Amino acid sequence: MADELTTDAADLGPVTTLATPIRLDFDFTPGVAQSRFLRGLEQGKFMGQRCPSCNQVYVPSRGSCPTDGVPTTEDVLLANVGTVTTYCVVNVPFAGQSIEIPYICAQVLLDGANVSFMGLIQEIPTDQIRMGMRVEAVWVDESDLTPSLASVRYFRPTDEPDADYDTYKEYL
Amino acid sequence: MADSEVLHAEHRLEYPYSRSTGPIIGAFLTGLRDGKFFGATGSDGKIIVPPTEYDPITSDDVGELVEVGPGGVIESWAWVSNPLRKHPRTTPFAWALIRLDGAGTAMMHAVDAASPDDLATGTRVTAKFRPAAERIGSMSDIEAFVVEGGAA
Repeated sequence: MADELTTDAADLGPVTTLATPIRLDFDFTPGVAQSRFLRGLEQGKFMGQRCPSCNQVYVPSRGSCPTDGVPTTEDVLLANVGTVTTYCVVNVPFAGQSIEIPYICAQVLLDGANVSFMGLIQEIPTDQIRMGMRVEAVWVDESDLTPSLASVRYFRPTDEPDADYDTYKEYL
Repeated sequence: MADSEVLHAEHRLEYPYSRSTGPIIGAFLTGLRDGKFFGATGSDGKIIVPPTEYDPITSDDVGELVEVGPGGVIESWAWVSNPLRKHPRTTPFAWALIRLDGAGTAMMHAVDAASPDDLATGTRVTAKFRPAAERIGSMSDIEAFVVEGGAA
């Protein structure tokens, strides 16, 4: 029946699917504290914040200490190097994947910070990654820096010896 | 930190669903692409527009598809003074339930009119389709309805 009705556009064939994207548009703001972190990335550096009560340094800081519930007002410039606390080698392809598999996704504890954050590890075969490995951030070219984690291309091993387990065991 | 230093950015969350239309709604959409309206014959003899896949009374398959419109009558309407970003028009317009000629049910669409004074329940309108090359088989193939014989 449908075919009889489409003689005007027979070459197109009947309509069988309909695109129905579901979309939500947000005006997203990361707030004051995370804006500082992102502004730091724009300048090629990692900025954290220290809790005035427990002295823990958070990166990126949410603007308050999750333990003490007080504002974190002191900005702390963190090192460009850190320690791999734990990692995962990704071998499974998935929709939207932008990095060639296999690749290493690691938690990196930057020197001076008391929380780790996730980073991509490159310039090392995936079977050589290990806990305690010392890594450094590789940034995009200065002209390509933006207030986004995309400014950090990846982390790569340094030639330092591995960190002692005791130095990062609290952060696993 | 000054307020101006606090970042903000557009963030879009989107799922690109693609739905299968089935033979009845597919035929209706194919009709729109061809610049025509088709309805399905219900068990009570009424022409259902847009067609449902199953008869709303008996739940059986609907009957023959028949062409209706493109003119029709406004059964109910609401004026939109300040169109939102996702509305089909950028200037003030009306949402209306329009019963196409030959149809037993009303279909919702936008009516392009200069003023709400131009519209009333019972006003005759007709579909203004997009150019054939732009039509894809979608409700948006109808740019809007306009008052029949009107300046719009």
